[in-house]
Amino acid sequence: MEASESTDHVNYLNNGYGVKSWLLTTDHKRIAILYLISITIFFMIGGFFALVIRLTLLSPEGTLVSADTYNKMFTMHGITMIFFFLIPSIPAVFGNFLVPMMIGARDLAFPKINLLSWYVYIVGGMFTLTAMVMGGVDTGWTFYTPFSSGYSHTNVVPTVIGVFILGFSSILTGLNFIVTIHKMRAPGLTWFRLPLFIWAHYATSVIQILGTPVIAITLALVGFERIAGVGIFDPNIGGDPILFQHLFWFYSHPAVYIMVLPAMGVVSEVVTCFSRRKLFGYRQMAFASMAIAVFGFLVWGHHMFVSGQSVYAGMAFSALSFLVAIPSAVKVFNWTATLYKGTIRFQTPVLYAFGFIGLFTIGGLTGIVLATLPVDVHVHDTYFVIAHFHYIMVGGAVMGYMAALHFWWPKMTGKLYSEGWSKLAALILFVGFNLTFFPQFILGYLGMPRRYHIYPPEFQVLNVLSTAGASILGLGYIIPFFYLMWSLRKGKTAGDNPWNAKGLEWLTSSPPPTFNFEKTPIVNEEAYAYTDGVFEEDVAGG
Amino acid sequence: MNGHVVSRKVYYFIFAALMVLLILTISMAYFDLGPFNVIIALVIAIIKATLVILYFMHVRYGSRVTWVFVSAGFFWLIIMFTLTMSDFVTRFSF
Amino acid sequence: MANEHSSHYVAHQFDDLEQQKEAGTLGMWTFLATEILFFGGMFMAYFVYRFSYPDAFAAASHYMDILLGGINTGVLLVSSLTMALAVHAAQEGKRKQIILFLIITMVFGVTFLVIKGFEYHHKYVEHLVPGWNFEYKGPNAGKAEIYFILYFVMTGFHALHLIIGIGVLSVIAMMTARGNFTKEYYSPVEVSGLYWHFIDIVWIFLYPLLYLIHVHK
Repeated sequence: MEASESTDHVNYLNNGYGVKSWLLTTDHKRIAILYLISITIFFMIGGFFALVIRLTLLSPEGTLVSADTYNKMFTMHGITMIFFFLIPSIPAVFGNFLVPMMIGARDLAFPKINLLSWYVYIVGGMFTLTAMVMGGVDTGWTFYTPFSSGYSHTNVVPTVIGVFILGFSSILTGLNFIVTIHKMRAPGLTWFRLPLFIWAHYATSVIQILGTPVIAITLALVGFERIAGVGIFDPNIGGDPILFQHLFWFYSHPAVYIMVLPAMGVVSEVVTCFSRRKLFGYRQMAFASMAIAVFGFLVWGHHMFVSGQSVYAGMAFSALSFLVAIPSAVKVFNWTATLYKGTIRFQTPVLYAFGFIGLFTIGGLTGIVLATLPVDVHVHDTYFVIAHFHYIMVGGAVMGYMAALHFWWPKMTGKLYSEGWSKLAALILFVGFNLTFFPQFILGYLGMPRRYHIYPPEFQVLNVLSTAGASILGLGYIIPFFYLMWSLRKGKTAGDNPWNAKGLEWLTSSPPPTFNFEKTPIVNEEAYAYTDGVFEEDVAGG
Repeated sequence: MNGHVVSRKVYYFIFAALMVLLILTISMAYFDLGPFNVIIALVIAIIKATLVILYFMHVRYGSRVTWVFVSAGFFWLIIMFTLTMSDFVTRFSF
Repeated sequence: MANEHSSHYVAHQFDDLEQQKEAGTLGMWTFLATEILFFGGMFMAYFVYRFSYPDAFAAASHYMDILLGGINTGVLLVSSLTMALAVHAAQEGKRKQIILFLIITMVFGVTFLVIKGFEYHHKYVEHLVPGWNFEYKGPNAGKAEIYFILYFVMTGFHALHLIIGIGVLSVIAMMTARGNFTKEYYSPVEVSGLYWHFIDIVWIFLYPLLYLIHVHK
C-alpha cells in the first residue's frame, strides 16, 4: 500500500523543526496549524466562561458569582467565542489549509499577508485578553451604546481595540481567498467544477471584505467616544444610539454567515464522500452560497425590532429576512436529496454532518419565528433567542468545524484517530448539545430573559437540565482533544486518501509536501465525481 | 490593467475636467437652490470620482472582474445607505 | 506549464509574471472595496445626522475655510495626475521619470497635510475641537459638536490614509531606484497608484459634504 511510504517522505511538518520555522513560515498549511492551536486556546477560554454561566444558573438566586461578575462572564463568553473562535474557525484553519490544495495551487496568492493575518489575530487577542485579566468587560458582546461608551466602568477600550485589530486579520484572510480562487485555479478547474467548500469560502470572503470594515469603524467611534468623553452616539448632544446598532448589525448579522457558510461547505464535501453520490443540484448549491452572502446584508434590522427603530423599517427588515430562508432551505433539501438512496457509510465526519443538517434546520426555522416582527416582540431578548443562535452557531458552525476536523485530520497529520472513540464523542456531543439548548427554547418562550443571573424558582428544573446538558457537551469536546492528541503519537498511518474521497487535496500525500503537489494537477471532471454506491476499494478488490 | 498604455493627453484632459468640475461645485454652492444644493454637489462628486476610477485607475480598460469588484464595493455601500435611511426617513411619521 | 517565462520576479506560488500581476491588482481592488465600506460607515453617520439636523450642520459648516479646502482639493487632484503619470512612465520603463513623478506626488501629499494642519490649528484656536476645548456659540451646540466630531474623524482617517500612502510611495520610489521594475514588471507602482487615487476619491466627497453645505448667505 502507499501508506507505508508516507511516514518518511518530506512534508510540510518535518520540513524544518525550530520555533522560527513555524513563526516565520509563509506556508499556508503551517499557518493553518498556528491558527488551529490559537483558536483552540480561545475556545477553551470561552468554554470556561460558559461553564461559570451555567453553574451560576443552577440556582434561581445565582449564588456562584455576583451580578456584576455574571455580566462580565456572558460578555467575555460572547466576545471570545464569536470574534476569536467562530469567525476564524473554519476559514482560518481549514480554509487556509485546503483552499490552495483544493484548487491545485502551491500556496495562497499572498503568503506573507497570510502570516500577517495570524499575527494581527494574536495582537488583537492579546489586547482582549489583557482587558479580561485587568477585570473584564460587561457590555455584552454587542457593545451597545450609550452603556459601552458612557456608563460601563469596565475595560471597554482595550476590548474594542482588540476586536478592531482582529477585524483586519479576518479581512486579510478573505482578501487572500478571493484573489487565490480567482487567479490560481489549476488548469481545467472552471468555476462550476470547484468543490462547494471553495464556493462557500468565496461567499464567506465576500462578507468578510465588505462587512468587517464597517464594524471596525463603528467600534473605533465607540473607542473615541469613551476616550474623548463625547461622540456621535452620545444622546446628550443629539447622537443616536440606534445608529450604532445599525452599523453594528450591518456587520454582525452577516457575521453569522461567516460562521455558518464554511460549515455548509464542509457538509457538502462530507455528505457526498460518505454517501458516494454526486451532489444533488450542484449549481443551485453554489448560487445558494452566494445568495446567502448577499441576502445576509439585507436583514440586519431584525435585531432591532424593539430598539426604537421605525416600525416601517422593521416591517421591511422582517419581510427581507424571510429571503435568507430560501437559499438555506435549498441547501438542506439538496443534502437530503444527495443522501437519498445513497450507500451511506456511517463514519465520524458524516455523523457530525448529520448533526449539522438537523440542528441547523431547527436553528434556521426558529430564526424564521424570530424574524417575524410581532412574534419577536414577545420573545425578544429571551432564552428563545439564545437557544436559536446556539443552534446555528454551535449546532451548525461548531458541528461543521468538528466534521472538518475529523474529515481532514488524516490529511493534515497523516494519522488516523480511533474510530470507536470518535463516534462515541460525536454521539455525546449531539446529546449534550440538545440537552443544553432545547430547554432554553422552552425557558425563553415562558419568558425568561437573557443576561440575568437570577430567575424565578419555577424555571429551575429546565435550567438544571440545561446545565447537566452543558456538562455532557463539555465532555464531548474533551474526548476528541485526547484521542486526536493520542493519534499524533500512536495513530495508524493514514495514507493519502483514507476515505477514498474525490478532490485534489486527496491526490497528494498525507501530510502534504510544502508546495502541495509534485506537479500542478490538471482537472477534467466535475466535483464529486463519485460512482453511485461504489467505494473504490471494493472495485480494487481491497 | 494588463499594461494598456493610455496617451498622456488623456490624463491631462481628465485632469482639466476634474478642475473644471471642482470650480463648478464651489460656484454652485454660492447659489441657494434649496435641497438641490446637496444633490448637485453629490452628482458632481460622483462624476469626478467616476472619471478618476475610469481613467486614472484604468478601470475603463480593465477586465470584467475589476468592474465587478468596483461595483460590488459601491453596491454594498448603497445597501447600507438605503436600509439605514429607511429607518431614519420613516421614523417620525405616525 | 508556463514556467519557462519565470524570472526572479516571480514568487514561488505563481506560475508566471502575468498571474502575479493580475493577482496584485485584484488584491488591491479587493482591499479598496474594504476601504469603501470603512469610510462608508462614517459617511453613513454623516448622512443620518445631516438628514436629522440640517440647520445645525449648515450653521456649523460656516466655520470651515472654503478656500483652504478648495486649494487642498486641487492639490490632491494634481497629485492624482502626477501619480497617473508615474504609472505611465513605468509602463514605458522610464525609471527616472517614475521617481520624479513619485516625488512630486509625495510633495503634493505633504502639502495637503500641511494645509490640513493649519486648518486643524484654526479649529483649535477657535475652540472647536470636541472632547478637548469645544465651546460653540450659537444654538444647537450639541448637534454642531456632532458635526465637528464627524469632521475630525473623517478628515483624520483620510489624513492617516494619506500618510500611509506617502510611506508606500517612498518605498516604491526606493524600489524603482534600485531597479526592481522593468517595462514588463511594474505591478507595485500600479497597485500603489490605485491606493493613492482612492485617497483622492474620498476627499472628492469629503470636500463638498463638509465645506460646501451652506455657503450661500
